[in-house]
Amino acid sequence: MRLFEFKKQRTRNLFWGLFFVSPWIFHLFAFLVYPIFASLYFSFTDFNMLLYKGDWIGLGNYRELFEGDPMFFISMRNTLWYSFLALSIGVTVDIIAALLLNMKVWGLAAYRTILFLPAMVPGVAAAMTWVWILNPKHGLLNAMLASIGIDGPYWLASPRTAMISIVMVTTWASGQMILIYLAGLQDIPTHLYEAAEIDGANAWHRMRYVTLPLLTPQVLFNLVMGSIGTLQEFARPYVMTGGGPANSTYTYGMYIFHRAFQAMRMGLASSAAWMLFVVVLILTIIILRSSRRWVVYER
Amino acid sequence: MTDTMISRGPVRSRRSRILSQVGAHAVLVLMSIIFMLPFLWMISSSLKPNAEIFRQPPTLFPEEWRPYNYVEAIKSINFFGYLINTIRYSFFATLGAVLSNSFISYGFARVRWPGREILFYITIATMMLPGIVTAIPMFVFFNRIGWVPSIKPLVVPAYFGGAFYIFMLRQFMLTLPQELDDAARIDGCSELGIFSRIVVPLIKPPIIAITLFTLLGTWNDFVGPLIYLRDPRHYTLSVGLQLYFTQHGAEWSYLMAAGTLFTLPMIILFFFAQRIFIEGITLTGIKG
Repeated sequence: MRLFEFKKQRTRNLFWGLFFVSPWIFHLFAFLVYPIFASLYFSFTDFNMLLYKGDWIGLGNYRELFEGDPMFFISMRNTLWYSFLALSIGVTVDIIAALLLNMKVWGLAAYRTILFLPAMVPGVAAAMTWVWILNPKHGLLNAMLASIGIDGPYWLASPRTAMISIVMVTTWASGQMILIYLAGLQDIPTHLYEAAEIDGANAWHRMRYVTLPLLTPQVLFNLVMGSIGTLQEFARPYVMTGGGPANSTYTYGMYIFHRAFQAMRMGLASSAAWMLFVVVLILTIIILRSSRRWVVYER
Repeated sequence: MTDTMISRGPVRSRRSRILSQVGAHAVLVLMSIIFMLPFLWMISSSLKPNAEIFRQPPTLFPEEWRPYNYVEAIKSINFFGYLINTIRYSFFATLGAVLSNSFISYGFARVRWPGREILFYITIATMMLPGIVTAIPMFVFFNRIGWVPSIKPLVVPAYFGGAFYIFMLRQFMLTLPQELDDAARIDGCSELGIFSRIVVPLIKPPIIAITLFTLLGTWNDFVGPLIYLRDPRHYTLSVGLQLYFTQHGAEWSYLMAAGTLFTLPMIILFFFAQRIFIEGITLTGIKG
């Protein structure tokens, strides 16, 4: 009798559990499982939406990417370079900002607000403003540099400085990572510092052997989520430079966008998207595997 | 908890503490100026007449104030049309996200059923998939059913939940005592009753956070509208402004005026709900 009751309860729970998550299960199938398989299938066809037809061409798209299209390599190289710059500069600046904020300075809340505020600005508005600031002739930045006697570079107008200019804007808008690092710093237990001080550690030792190691979980999070995000970067270069000058800021996201939504070559674009997935996967695995050696979890 | 590395320790002298505080302030003030300057420059440029805007060296504060730029900016792009489209997108997507995610999370946090944990891990794993992989077939699909151009492809998926919001709500719901549900069950309350009468009133903090994040995400969204709203009648502010920018790149005072109007609601939102934003973002990092 009791067993029967128990079984009835289990069936009831299964029903209600599935009832509540059913919209999400629909989402998983309609917006994830189906498109994943459709995209894989497209990548082996020359499906073009303008003509609305496509035939199976096997590895034809992948061959075109690697053999027939120089923009594939140019955009991939640009994107990896952008990702590297944005993550390394972003991690450094954000950690420094969080460390400063964590010094119990007076007016912490005001500083925190100011450093976070750029993350609230619509990407298009921010991109326009920065294009104006970075204008080589009339822009604010070069005028400021000129006032201290420096002949400023051409920023977005030169292939040599265009990418780093975009990275500057990315870093400017990365306020949420500052907040995540700050929360990580505030979680470090006080007794660790006390123990370190009893052992005679100076400020640098405490930073090197307590603070930074205990911040590595947040760095790992930043690197994993950041590489997924930066490798798909599209909006900022699209608005700021359109990929130029001389394709120096043409990212892989723009490559896929142009193939898919302008040329409507959905087959080729799908195979390009899968190549990006492979790159993201490899990078994530490398980061996660290496993290066993540099991430400290003990508290 | 909130203790820090610098301000403690019997060894450290008062003088070195003051010195390090002054140093920290110096760097923070410098950083704050760098971070705020684009805002000031945007507003200042939006108020300058065209003759002044290209002057060298530039003036940080306009010598001649020209608020009329805002009227011109609103007239030169279909500002109110874009604004209404943006509000519509933000409103319906936010509504969908709030309704669906609180409903779904109840099944993940308050009902015990076999397979729940596995489905939850799958949910977390989907966050690692680059959106670009699924974007192409979804476009083909929405196009085939006649939803392009319209905001439907941007809004409808929100009514079926999102991985990060499910994660956020589940974590919060798990902290509510199980006795609440049990007591209600003994009183003969159905699962739907427990959800709507007991759990929903208690999950206001994460619901507010989801509202704010979705508002921010949709208001600022550029790629989604760019792909799906292929008709000026449907444009949101992001796409409308970008188009005007590529066509009239030198009309800086109008562009900056429109940019200021576009940015302002998000800044106001942030000042009213700062704490919620900060707490919500801090939660993101816990996964790491």
